[in-house]
Amino acid sequence: MADRSNGLLNAFRQGSPEALEAAFETLFHQHQRAVYGWILRIVRNPATAEELTVETFWRIYRARASFQPSRGFEGWARRIATRAALDWLRSARPEAELPAEIPAPAVEDAAVSAEIRSKIALAFRRLAPKLRIAATLAVIEELPHKDVAEALGISVAAVKLRVFRALRLLRRNLQQQGITP
Amino acid sequence: MNAHDEDRLKKLLQQALPPVEGEQEPGRDLWPAVLRRLDARPAAPAPVFWSWFDGALLAGLAVFAAFLPASIPVFLYYL
Repeated sequence: MADRSNGLLNAFRQGSPEALEAAFETLFHQHQRAVYGWILRIVRNPATAEELTVETFWRIYRARASFQPSRGFEGWARRIATRAALDWLRSARPEAELPAEIPAPAVEDAAVSAEIRSKIALAFRRLAPKLRIAATLAVIEELPHKDVAEALGISVAAVKLRVFRALRLLRRNLQQQGITP
Repeated sequence: MNAHDEDRLKKLLQQALPPVEGEQEPGRDLWPAVLRRLDARPAAPAPVFWSWFDGALLAGLAVFAAFLPASIPVFLYYL
């Protein structure tokens, strides 16, 4: 199984054109769900996540020469997906982003009105994308800081710092709107 | 911001933007879209624009280097 996987990764890295195409298609079908799910966690919109999944695999294909089979495909693909999502966050206007249309558990607190939740969501979207992406993955999705750090290509300490700054700015923004978290 | 405030803010944030639940799948097969993207003609490289400031800076460096040739290795070092 490991030999087959290594063969696939090597074919993707430096195989003949036919072997490369076959390897890429196999890798796409093996990893598209994981890549889509990861991007969806960041952008929170299924249509955008689909577009960015296509973009990610296009970038993966173009960057295959820099791929190191010994380091595995999943982490590398996740880093590229994170970069694609970050680029999208940088180009999108916070107000234009659609609200989440994804299945989510009901964790509503009766004391928190829909209006306040909407203001919090908008204030969060106005944060700098690099702070927002770290806070989305570490706070909202509650992923381990180590995983977030690997995906962003930064240290765990830098993730913690970005999360801290994101929360502090969010709190300040909400206080300016008269909302005391 | 103390730990209690931070926890409260995190909870509010999760209420406003709930975490994605479970494994999600794309609503359609994305492979045809990937193939279309790969087949699309690559975009032309972005043209290089020079502002007047770039030109002035380059001219200034050239004049400086002409009068002080010994500075050229220093410039090369910092390139």
